[in-house]
Amino acid sequence: MTASTETGHPNVLAKAVREGVFAGVVAFLMFLLFVGIETYQDINNALVWRTRWGLLAIFVLVAAVSRFLSVGFIKPHIDRRKLAKAKSGVLEISEQKSFFHRHFLKIALVFLLVYPFLSLLIVGKQGSLKYVDNFGIQILIYVMLAWGLNIVVGLAGLLDLGYVAFYAVGAYSYALLSSYFGFSFWLLLPMSGILAALWGIILGFPVLRLRGDYLAIVTLAFGEIIRLVLINWTDVTKGTFGISGIAKASFFGIWSFDAGTTNNFVKAWGLSASSVYYKVFLFYVILALCMLTAYVTIRLRRMPIGRAWEALREDEIACRSLGINTVTTKLTAFATGAMFGGFAGSFFATRQGFVSPESFVFLESAVILAIVVLGGMGSLTGIAIAAVVMVGGTEVLREMSFLKVVFGPDFTPELYRMLLFGLAMIIVMLFKPRGFVGSREPTAFLKERRAVSGSFTKEGHG
Amino acid sequence: MAAESLLKVQAVETYYGNIRALAGVDVDVNKGEIVSLIGANGAGKSTLMMTICGSPQARSGQVIFDGEDITRLPTHLIARRRIAQSPEGRRIFPRMTVYENLQMGAGLDNLKYFNEDVEKIFTLFPRLKERQMQRGGTLSGGEQQMLSIGRALMARPKLLLLDEPSLGLAPLIVKGIFEAIKKLNQEEGLTVFLVEQNAFAALKLSDRAYVMVNGKVTMSGSGKELLANPEVRAAYLEGGRH
Repeated sequence: MTASTETGHPNVLAKAVREGVFAGVVAFLMFLLFVGIETYQDINNALVWRTRWGLLAIFVLVAAVSRFLSVGFIKPHIDRRKLAKAKSGVLEISEQKSFFHRHFLKIALVFLLVYPFLSLLIVGKQGSLKYVDNFGIQILIYVMLAWGLNIVVGLAGLLDLGYVAFYAVGAYSYALLSSYFGFSFWLLLPMSGILAALWGIILGFPVLRLRGDYLAIVTLAFGEIIRLVLINWTDVTKGTFGISGIAKASFFGIWSFDAGTTNNFVKAWGLSASSVYYKVFLFYVILALCMLTAYVTIRLRRMPIGRAWEALREDEIACRSLGINTVTTKLTAFATGAMFGGFAGSFFATRQGFVSPESFVFLESAVILAIVVLGGMGSLTGIAIAAVVMVGGTEVLREMSFLKVVFGPDFTPELYRMLLFGLAMIIVMLFKPRGFVGSREPTAFLKERRAVSGSFTKEGHG
Repeated sequence: MAAESLLKVQAVETYYGNIRALAGVDVDVNKGEIVSLIGANGAGKSTLMMTICGSPQARSGQVIFDGEDITRLPTHLIARRRIAQSPEGRRIFPRMTVYENLQMGAGLDNLKYFNEDVEKIFTLFPRLKERQMQRGGTLSGGEQQMLSIGRALMARPKLLLLDEPSLGLAPLIVKGIFEAIKKLNQEEGLTVFLVEQNAFAALKLSDRAYVMVNGKVTMSGSGKELLANPEVRAAYLEGGRH
C-alpha cells in the first residue's frame, strides 16, 4: 500500500497507462455503433450511413485520458488526503464551517424572494419571462412535487412509482371544476389538495399489506390507470385533446390578470401591458406553496405521526409491537404526500392554462422519484438542490446552441436531457450512495444539538 | 398470599399455514413475577411470545391479559394494553438516534412522563446516556439490547416480554442485562416474561419457569426446582453452562 500511493511511482503510472488504454478500447467498442456510424435519409428517402471517425476519436480519447488521469493522479491524491486526515484524527464535520455553509438556507430563501426582481432588473421584462417562468416556476413545481413525494418515499419508506397520478388529480380537479363551474383558483387549490388526498387514501387501502417492490408495481399501475381514465373518459376530460382555456389565478380576488377586465392588475397599477407580472405573481404563489410543504414536513417530523412514519420505514414489526397502528400511519403518509401533489397539480393547471394526459406520463413520476433519491431521501435541502440541478439542467440544455458547433447543425441539445439525468444519477450514486445530503437530521434532543458525524454511520445504514 | 394472575395463556394452538407450532400451551404469569420459558431451538418459544402479541393470532385457545381476552386483538392494540415487548433480534430503529428510539417507545399517553422516564432508563443503562445522540444501528449488540429493553420500558408496561435478551452477547453483558431485569422486578414490581436459550441464567433469575418441547409445555416449577431437576440439567444445562 505504501508504495502504490506515491504519485509518479512507476507502478502507478504503468497501471494508469494500462487502465487508460483499456478504457479507450472499451469506449471504442461501446461508441463504435452509436457515435462512429450515423444513419440518415438521402434525397431519395433511402436510409444510408456515413462514418464519424473524428467524433469517435474524441470520445475514445476523453475516456482514455480521463481514466489515465484518475488512476495515475487523482486517486492517489485523494487517498493521501484521506490518510492524512485519518492520521490527524480530525472528524470531517468541524466547527468552522464557512459563512455560506452555515447560512445556506437563509441565503437561498432571500435569493428566491428577490429572484424575480433581480431578473427584471438584469434582463428586462421580455427576458424575465424565460428566467421567471422556465427556470423559477418550473423548478419550484418540481421542488414541491419532490418534497411531497419525499413524505411518502423518504419518510415513510413506501416506494411510490405512481406519484404523478395525484399531480394529475390535482390538475384535472382544478381544470374541470373551474371550467364547468367557474370556481376560483383560491377555492379550488385546497379542494384539489383534498381530492388528491382522498385518492391517496383510496390507493392506500388496497396496498397496505404490500411493501417494497410489490407496492412499487401497484402504485405504478395506479398512475397508469388514472392517465388512461383521463384519456378515455372523453365526455368529461376531452381525452387526449386536453382541457384548454383554464382560468388564470387572480390576486386573491382583488385584481385579475385577464386582459380587458375592469380590475386588471396592470391597469390598476398603471403599468405597461406585459405577461411578466402574472408570471412573477405565480412565482410567489408556488414559492409560498413550497414553503408550506417544507414547513409542514418539518413540523410533522417532530410530531408523533412523523416519528411513526420514520419508524415505519425502519422496521414495521417493531412499530406494531410499540402500539403504532401501521394502517393509519401508512394512510396518512399517502394522503399527506398526495395532498401536496394535488396542490402542485392545480397550480400547474392554472399556470399552463392547459392540461392533457400527456403531462402525466410515467416518466414524470420517474423524474420526481429520481430527484428525491438523488437529493437524499428525507432531506429537504438535498432534494431542493437536486431539483435545481436536474430540472434547471435540462432547461440550460435548451440554451446550449453552441454545442451545434461541436456536434453539427442538426444537434438538438434538449433531446439529451435523459442522458443528463442518467449521468447525474451515476455520478451521485458513485460518490454519495445516499444522495447529496445522505445523513438524517435527528428531530429530538435532550440537551444540546450535537452533530452526528457521518463517520459513525456505516454506508447504506445511515 | 394468593397470586394475582396477569397473563393467562389457555390451550393456545398456533399454526403457520398447516404446520402446528403450538399444540395447546398453558402458561400463567402472575403480577410481580419473573417467569421464564426455556427450550431448544424450534420448540415454539418465540411463537408463543408472538402469539401473545397477536401476530400470528392463535387458532384456538385464549390469551387473557388483566382479565381481558386479547386473543383476537390486532398487535398495536395489544401493545397499547401495556404489554411491551423487546422482540427477538432486538429490532431497534437503526437510523434513528438512541433518544429517538426511546421516544418511539413512549406511547402518546405517556409523553407527559417522557423526561422522567428517559432519566430512569439512563440510570438503569448509563451506556445509553453516553450514546444518546448516536444512531441505533451503530451501537454494539449489548447496547442495542439495552436500547430494545429501554424502549419497551418507555411504554410503562404492566408486562414486559423479553425474547432472548442474551442472544449473541458476551456472558458479562448478559449478566449486566439480567441484573437490570432483576432490579426492575424487585424495585418496581415489574412483571417479566422471559424466553431464553440460556437456561442457566434464566432459571436463576426466575421465580417460576416453563420448559417447552415441540410446541408443548412439558415441565413447570420454580426456578430452583427446575435447576435441580435431572432431566432439565441433562437437556439444557450440562454442556451449555456459562
